[in-house]
Amino acid sequence: MPLTDTETDAPPVAATLSVRSLLVWGLLAGLVGGLLAFGFASAFGEPSVERSIAIEEAGSGGHSHGEEHATGDAHDHGAPAEEEEEVVSRAFQSTGGLGIGAVAYGLGLGGLFSLAFAFAYGRVGSLSPRATSLAVAGLGYLAVVLVPFLTYPANPPAVGNPDTIGDRTGLFFGMVAISLALLVSAVATARALAPRIGGWWSTVVGGVGYAVVVTVIAKLLPTFQEVPDGFPGSLLWEFRIASLGTSAVLWSGIGITFAALLHRGLTRTRVA
Amino acid sequence: MALAAAIPTALPVPAIPVRQILPYAVFAGIISLIALYFVGAEQGALAVFEGTTVHELVHDARHLLGFPCH
Repeated sequence: MPLTDTETDAPPVAATLSVRSLLVWGLLAGLVGGLLAFGFASAFGEPSVERSIAIEEAGSGGHSHGEEHATGDAHDHGAPAEEEEEVVSRAFQSTGGLGIGAVAYGLGLGGLFSLAFAFAYGRVGSLSPRATSLAVAGLGYLAVVLVPFLTYPANPPAVGNPDTIGDRTGLFFGMVAISLALLVSAVATARALAPRIGGWWSTVVGGVGYAVVVTVIAKLLPTFQEVPDGFPGSLLWEFRIASLGTSAVLWSGIGITFAALLHRGLTRTRVA
Repeated sequence: MALAAAIPTALPVPAIPVRQILPYAVFAGIISLIALYFVGAEQGALAVFEGTTVHELVHDARHLLGFPCH
């Protein structure tokens, strides 16, 4: 949908936004985004996941999926009684499980997205409702997906030492939180500076400030090099690109669907 | 809060006052974060429920969404 329509762009006179309808649109957008991400992940992500699991089971050590679990792992992988059993079959993990995970994640993200939109709309420049939706999705992807990914890249099965799962999980979520907090500060700074130095320079200051601070922090945090010897580099690359793509589909699906629902809701109000 | 007056006039629809967003943000925010937690981290580094069912169910989504899995 183009950002500028010819016939339906007239501002609705009496239209107002309520948080309730934003949440409903956010959940619907999350459902759509989750289903699209599921489709993308099935088509382009699963092949690399399956090949990684095949490598893992061929005996490169580490952790295996459902078939046996090493006791004494730092992470909680179930009671000893379950060691020999796959709780959820691989066939279901790669289809139904992936779908459930993607849709649940999409719904949660869609809800949070609509709340972020509610705060952002009318407070970051004078973007139209739909443009605000795309801006929130784009900046959200940057701060919540791309920057944490560049700091702690996604790893396929067979990559990663179970002993460090606690540290890696904490640092990954920490990086998401830091990146998001810095983004919000950058936007607030840009907004505060805009009246004095103008929209262009305030945006440059906010953007460069975010990039510099987040880079310094990422470089100060510990890194993990846990790719086993002999794990194919091309497979790692394929998995990581599929991972970034899955999130890109999810976030753009949410941003675009939310924008469309929002516009429909606002223009409908005008007619009524 | 006379927020409407502070909004640039170019906007067709006024921004929603923060006071109106907050209760939704707190409640729906917490529920949403729980959903993200279960897909992203449950039965990995942390566990609310025993066993591996949740981990295995969302295993592939967790990997592909970029979370540390194991």
